[in-house]
Amino acid sequence: MSDENKETAGAQEPRERVIGTPSPARDKALLADGDMSAPAGAGEQLDEASAKRAERIVALFFLLAFAGSVAFIAYYIGWSGRDGGMHGVLRARESNFWLGGTMALSFLAMAAGVTIWVRRLMASKPIIQERHEFAADPQSRAVFAEDFMAGAEDSGLTKRPLLRRTLLLAAAPLGLAPLVLLRDLGPLPEKRLRSTHWGDAVEKAKRQGKKGVRLVVDGTHRPLKVTDFAQVGSMITVLPEGIEEDVPHDQVLTQVAKAVTILINVPEEKFKPAEGRENWHVNGIVAYSKICTHVGCPAALYEQTTHHILCPCHQSTFDATDAAKVVFGPAARPLPQLPLDVEDGYLVATGDFPEPIGPSFWERG
Amino acid sequence: MKRFTAWRRRPWAGYAVVLAALAAIGVIYAGFSPRTDRAEAANSAQAAPDLANGKALFNQNCASCHGLNAEGTKDAEGKPISPSLIGVGAASVDFQVSTGRMPAMNPGAQMPRKRPIPAFDTSIKTDHEDPEERAAAEKQKAQAEKNLADLRAYIASLGGGPEVPPASAVDPKKGDVALGGKLFRTNCAQCHSFTGQGGALTGGKYAPPLSNDDVTPTQIYEAMLTGPQAMPVFNDTTLTAEEKQAIIAYIVQIREEPNPGGNGLGRIGPVSEGLAGWLIGIGLLVLAAMWITAKKPKKLKKS
Repeated sequence: MSDENKETAGAQEPRERVIGTPSPARDKALLADGDMSAPAGAGEQLDEASAKRAERIVALFFLLAFAGSVAFIAYYIGWSGRDGGMHGVLRARESNFWLGGTMALSFLAMAAGVTIWVRRLMASKPIIQERHEFAADPQSRAVFAEDFMAGAEDSGLTKRPLLRRTLLLAAAPLGLAPLVLLRDLGPLPEKRLRSTHWGDAVEKAKRQGKKGVRLVVDGTHRPLKVTDFAQVGSMITVLPEGIEEDVPHDQVLTQVAKAVTILINVPEEKFKPAEGRENWHVNGIVAYSKICTHVGCPAALYEQTTHHILCPCHQSTFDATDAAKVVFGPAARPLPQLPLDVEDGYLVATGDFPEPIGPSFWERG
Repeated sequence: MKRFTAWRRRPWAGYAVVLAALAAIGVIYAGFSPRTDRAEAANSAQAAPDLANGKALFNQNCASCHGLNAEGTKDAEGKPISPSLIGVGAASVDFQVSTGRMPAMNPGAQMPRKRPIPAFDTSIKTDHEDPEERAAAEKQKAQAEKNLADLRAYIASLGGGPEVPPASAVDPKKGDVALGGKLFRTNCAQCHSFTGQGGALTGGKYAPPLSNDDVTPTQIYEAMLTGPQAMPVFNDTTLTAEEKQAIIAYIVQIREEPNPGGNGLGRIGPVSEGLAGWLIGIGLLVLAAMWITAKKPKKLKKS
């Protein structure tokens, strides 16, 4: 298309092309800006043969619109009432589909018909419309000012300052009210982003003389033994035992969302524990936060062949055998790791995640 | 040439070129992308006793990659080409062979599901009109089922492993759909999507869709039990048999839901529907706006 542009640019003055407007190459077929010599529309004179054809097309669209409306009525009365009761809930979606479809057809056909009518059948001539000055003439302005002041005098607004001032006072808080709504941006999360229920649960277990809190399968609440999870390549979503009982009812979902953890059994010989975390795994069974450190999607696409944990939102990829380090994608930090141990054959967590889970926040530091 | 030049100056030529280019790219891609041809493995072993037939089938179809003793093979640098089959169990064999993933046709990021080779194709149609054809098809099907059972028994004899679940354990009607939905969303949905449509993984791997009817409840159970390819393992002590049945019930129920109003668009709800609504709906509106406001021809062509 570039050569066409060049051609037209040479033929007439190059003008700036605005996105969405027809390309200059089409100027030959269209009216150029400011060209008053020929009118828009179907022209000053209609070509009778093509007008006849256009008329038939428009009529066809109108008939289609008619058919659509009739179909709407017919469906409403005749069909949607069958079986599922009169517009019963069982067939609501089917009913919506047909009622909406026929109505849309009706409106669309009518709109298309009208558009073709305007474009093909209306002879148009250039009309020159005079523009007047926006400002009113000085005389009317003076009269208005006079009237306004007379009204102010009449109402006593100028004479009675008490009324004027109390009215202003009444209006002031109304103007300030939107500022108060800013309070809804808070309250600040304070320390709540820094810990999860794992910490509280471990503390509670330690008070009872245990090593840590058991890991239970999310959904079934069954605690997991080491032998239950012994198969290399296994993966499951776990929560601290008793989370739904120990947390106030209105906070269960929040706490579950923060504490949700993936338990993975990676081949022990390939596992490289991070420094200071050598005993955080049990024979290659490791636990990482399920919440991606990028923007907090559930990162749990575990590939047992590559040992990669993938986040479905932005393809952040973490290496499960290497302390969940980021190997690809926008995440900035590894997934937090949960310290694990064994007690009475059950897998237990012996502490909270060492760092805040999930995405960055201002005060995270 | 002149006619062509005139043609491409038509107002719709631009749209036509874009459409044609898109179509051409699609066709060229389809032509170049590797195909998964069906393997035609000659199967001459007939009605031999169990393990001997299983071993014969193994030698014909599997040993070239997995080794004569199913020990797996490695390349010159010691990287595994194919895994050892000792201890993978009957369930794994049943899953891989009945879904047609094994015997594999060509090495790749992931073995695709395909029609099983004739020796193991248990989904042959037997509803022929002609009684002779029907008898032949039924015989072939029975043979395929026997072959599969023999191969399973042979691999299981090498080192045990998980068994094929009984039909009662995978009956979707007996599962707790609500529990299954919960477990599916926490453990399966990240890869297979909420309604089991599947999705992409890394390096050309993908989670296959579970929404097609040819994914049988038995195969779903076996996949969870054995963790084929990149999929993690969910053994019976992590998710019990009842919990697996609940997941199967959820998958089957959700895929049997009708799609009102046409295409389900991946059935992931507002995302794909919003995208389609945006692209198609707004696109149409823009086109309509361009049509309504376009400058009109100076004169109507006289025809």
